[in-house]
Amino acid sequence: MHHVIVGAGPAGVIAAETLRKKSPNDSITLIGDEPYPAYSRMALPYLMAGDVAEDGTYLRHAENHFESLEINVLNDSVSQVHPADHSISLKDGTGISFDRLLLATGASAIRPPIGGMDSPRVHNCWTLTDAHRILSEVKAGDRVVLLGAGFIGCIVLQALVEMKLELTVIELADRMLARMMDGPGGNMIERWCQAKGVKVRTGTAAKNVVEKNDSLEIELGDGSSIVADHIVCAAGVRSNTGFLEGSGIKTDAGVLVDWNLKTNIDNVFAAGDVAQGPDRSTGEQQVHAIQPTASEHGRVAACQMAGDPMPYGGSLSMNVLNTLGLITSSFGLWDGIDGGDSTRVEDQPHNRYLRLEFRDDVLVGALAIGLTQHVGILRGLVQTGVRLGEWKKRLMSDPSQIMHAYLAKVQGTRA
Amino acid sequence: MYKSLVIDPAKCTSCLQCELACSFENEGVFNPAKSRIKVFEFEHGLTTIPYTCTQCEEAWCLHACPVEAITVNAQTGAKEVNDSICVGCKVCTIACPFGTVNYNSSTGKVIKCDLCGGDPQCAEVCPTDAIVYVDADWTGYSKMRDSALEAHA
Repeated sequence: MHHVIVGAGPAGVIAAETLRKKSPNDSITLIGDEPYPAYSRMALPYLMAGDVAEDGTYLRHAENHFESLEINVLNDSVSQVHPADHSISLKDGTGISFDRLLLATGASAIRPPIGGMDSPRVHNCWTLTDAHRILSEVKAGDRVVLLGAGFIGCIVLQALVEMKLELTVIELADRMLARMMDGPGGNMIERWCQAKGVKVRTGTAAKNVVEKNDSLEIELGDGSSIVADHIVCAAGVRSNTGFLEGSGIKTDAGVLVDWNLKTNIDNVFAAGDVAQGPDRSTGEQQVHAIQPTASEHGRVAACQMAGDPMPYGGSLSMNVLNTLGLITSSFGLWDGIDGGDSTRVEDQPHNRYLRLEFRDDVLVGALAIGLTQHVGILRGLVQTGVRLGEWKKRLMSDPSQIMHAYLAKVQGTRA
Repeated sequence: MYKSLVIDPAKCTSCLQCELACSFENEGVFNPAKSRIKVFEFEHGLTTIPYTCTQCEEAWCLHACPVEAITVNAQTGAKEVNDSICVGCKVCTIACPFGTVNYNSSTGKVIKCDLCGGDPQCAEVCPTDAIVYVDADWTGYSKMRDSALEAHA
């Protein structure tokens, strides 16, 4: 049996390792198209901030890790998939046949469709190559505009501040982190950033960029403009599905997969940022381009490929973020559901916030700012759907009792 | 067979010596806020529950780590954080559905129970045997490990 895995990020690497464990005698080929050992995008901001060297971003540290597992690693890119022939084509036309195929090709950074984004002073911040380029071309004291204050933008923001840049953040939505934080939470983060010397402009978009002398003029939707030395673009990412055109493998925003991470084609699976699989909270197929989903998908898909399926209830949308020292997390349906109940406690002076959302007496979503102790319990409660019974009422009046509610209901201890 | 921390809340008197011993052993300070074991009080202290990582088989933290900073100690079975590799991204703190990995803002790293390398100080100092370090195979101690699996289904 030959397993071919396309993509050497967390999902691909974990799938390869899991397959080796489950199927000691099968052959495994892992194909990555970046000129580095397998690395983690999550770790790039820490490279930019100077906390770690390049090897600190690597997914695995042992020398000859993949050789020792007899995983054949190819540095190449895949141009086409031919499900009927059980084969793929590499860029140079070479064919590789497979018995099982995992698509783990991840996502790529996108740029807003405005003029001037092709300037060499505009940088993405998504790959190791992007990070190296920013580090070599952007110098302390430079004026930098960060386009986008979503999850990736805010992680990058932290690194850019540590690089001692004069930073302005432009966000189209009415608040920072619009997809992982509500109004009160987003405003708390924005005030925090402003207080730390970062200029934040929400509710406005860059309309055009003009290169002038040795700088950029960024024209905004509100008619004003900003002059900067560089733009760092964190306007979002898109699943890498282009090479599947004409293959018969169904795609939407990503590769459509079922609860077992199978595509519509037998023996072809997808995992991680490229996969659009069931969301645990809603059952709808969604791309969750987050590290925990990539690692879970990698394991679940590999178990399927090895013929030893593990139960999987879909991926849970969740994030954790450090924005200049303010720790933020979000879980599941944090914006609530129709007919559900909501409770929140907000401590503006101390920058603390906790919001819980319920369906009946089940926690379905949560937001937290400033919570660093036992925060995973929010995932545990959302994921297991445990009925909180009388504890729901207590949580409605004091959300901070969440750990107590968990111990009482899940660990079965009294009180 | 690895040994495990087995906790009997009924024996806990909430003396908090476990928290002090843990923080001193691992962080060099007597500071319950930096303890990897935490005693939760119910009904104003009528019931108290010591709580920490069970080194679950599922090892959500280990699998979620993007830089292989969490590995299994072959001697103890503990999932240990390697400070020199941890970048402080905190993904493990949201991945662990038991809430037993915490972010330590003074070091910028995460902390979790590592069984003190095989001599857990919380069990060592517990005066009432509410926390003991014994063969895991024993009586009924499988609840949290089982719920780790349920949580995945």
